[in-house]
Amino acid sequence: MSAVLAILSGACLLLGSFLLLTGALGFLRFADFYARLHACGVTETLATALIILGLMLLSDSYLPPFKLLLILLFVLFSSPTASHALAKAAWNAGVRPRDNQGKRDLPLPAGER
Amino acid sequence: MRYTLGMAGALALFWIINSGHYSPLLLALGAVSVLLVTWIALRMDVVDKESTPLHLLGRIGPYFLWLGGQIIASNLDLVQRVWRREPRYQPQVARLPLPQRSDICRVVYANSINLTPGTLTVELKPDHLLVHALSEEGIAALEAGEMSRRVSELDR
Repeated sequence: MSAVLAILSGACLLLGSFLLLTGALGFLRFADFYARLHACGVTETLATALIILGLMLLSDSYLPPFKLLLILLFVLFSSPTASHALAKAAWNAGVRPRDNQGKRDLPLPAGER
Repeated sequence: MRYTLGMAGALALFWIINSGHYSPLLLALGAVSVLLVTWIALRMDVVDKESTPLHLLGRIGPYFLWLGGQIIASNLDLVQRVWRREPRYQPQVARLPLPQRSDICRVVYANSINLTPGTLTVELKPDHLLVHALSEEGIAALEAGEMSRRVSELDR
């Protein structure tokens, strides 16, 4: 049983690490500020969830999984707020979204400047 | 009264999960700290429908499950966009209606948009949202309004 759990946990941790790498790679490859924020979204949702799930499977008593679950909940509540704060700060500072080459500004909906 | 009890119950549960000790002394200390925090919250007048959203408890579970599925799907979509030889995305900015009336549902909606990678709430105005998305499909999915409808149903 514990061998199965160890393998499952290892798979979750490996997949989570791959997603962390993907987030970092997207952050480097995407062209403008807003697209890069999207790439960070991978890191803060599924990657975090998989790594915490992997750690939960490893615990040998019943309390640590609940604590890990609380950590996951806090991350899932705070990270979207943080990325919204970043996006709004950038918008208010005059940063406008650009196309996928980072060269031309995107058309904005009527009424936005 | 139900909000006060709800808050005290949530605090007690939180304390037990974080403690894991069940000796009478520590349990008594825990009870005292829960009472103290509840009393302070009452004096601050922050114990209400908004800080203790008991009415959402029954409906939030199914919503989280649905949102989890959306998060996984949009993560996979973004992963394949990142790993292409030429990162492929067509960013879009759009304005979306915001039919939710209560603050808490608006926050849930805006945060849900942010939690699904590929869509991002840039501005939250009284009657609309400004959303940045990495693809036309992202905007189209939001405009179809399933997420908005599900969030609105939380508050009913």
